[in-house]
Amino acid sequence: MKPRHPLRIALLLLLLATGLLLGGCQRSEPLPLRLTNVSGHMPDLDFKLTDDHGKAVSGADYRGKVVLLYFGYTHCPDVCPLTLAHLHVVMQRLGPLADGARILFVSVDPTRDTPDVMHAYVNAFDPRAVGLTGSPRMVEALVKRYRSSFTREPASTDGNYEVSHGSAIYLFDRDGRARALATPAASQDDIVHDLHLLLSTGATP
Amino acid sequence: MRARRLSFLLAGLLLTGGAHASAAEHVHASHAWIRVLPGNLPAGAYVTLSNDGDMAAALSGAHSTTYGEVMLHRSSSEGGMSRMAMVDSLSVPAHGSAVLAPAGYHLMLMKPTRPVQPGDSVRLILQFTDGSTLPADFLARPANAVDAGEDRAMPAMGMKSMDHAAMPQAGH
Repeated sequence: MKPRHPLRIALLLLLLATGLLLGGCQRSEPLPLRLTNVSGHMPDLDFKLTDDHGKAVSGADYRGKVVLLYFGYTHCPDVCPLTLAHLHVVMQRLGPLADGARILFVSVDPTRDTPDVMHAYVNAFDPRAVGLTGSPRMVEALVKRYRSSFTREPASTDGNYEVSHGSAIYLFDRDGRARALATPAASQDDIVHDLHLLLSTGATP
Repeated sequence: MRARRLSFLLAGLLLTGGAHASAAEHVHASHAWIRVLPGNLPAGAYVTLSNDGDMAAALSGAHSTTYGEVMLHRSSSEGGMSRMAMVDSLSVPAHGSAVLAPAGYHLMLMKPTRPVQPGDSVRLILQFTDGSTLPADFLARPANAVDAGEDRAMPAMGMKSMDHAAMPQAGH
């Protein structure tokens, strides 16, 4: 009887290891995302910017959270607020799970968008929205990292100007890996669906 | 400015002898709302214009005592880029309607002369290319509103459908 015990334990360990391996395999299988899947095609979330509390932050500060990254500017009266309002609805539909996600609104107009302006702006939309601004060089680096772009349009006589900018919303998993790309035309159902998937995979909160 | 516009209007009426009425007389505004943003940031105003007349009307802009500057704009998202451009006018077809809605045509309101809070009613004077004007009361709504609100029976729309909604719709 006695010599059979170690064998049993070894067998059990082997089963356990196989199970873990299979689990690991399953994890690296493509997620059934409804939005455009960009897993492995875009770099991990990385930047050095200033949040809307005036604190220096980097991409690593948001590890553990599912991130929705969107570029815009506060003097944009139509499309930017609409996109943020839609993302607010999406967050509301997640219920308490929304705490595991953050909307990162990055200003492509850092000259006018100071942390104070950004703070009032993002909080008008969602408590889980963070406004990020920084030096034009750092903002440009992040925009380029995700193959997006922005152009400052000529100013009117009173000095006001518009900024044309990439309209995509980028979804990152809890490990900071780029996972999905949404256009402004994406359905809220699809964004909610994919957020549920991302909130249940990757690093533990 | 106002007197000049009025005299122009009167002259126009005299010339035509009232044979055809002004654009403003046949155009009705509904679902009028403003998305209020913090501070002095420019805000977007949206409205549905219905024309029950036999002639097309064209909106050229608006003015208001609450905002120092109002411009008719159109947003577009083509090739993955969001852009905004000033437009001269928006046609409201005869027996048809034109919709100013998020992600399409809108009035950009700048330089508020007083703080505007969600729940406020703000009067904008809509201007048409024939010189006629139509006063309309816009409901100020929170930044994260997506439409005119339930009480104004505006169906919630996805952004895609909004692109189409911004197109002038022929009536009949």
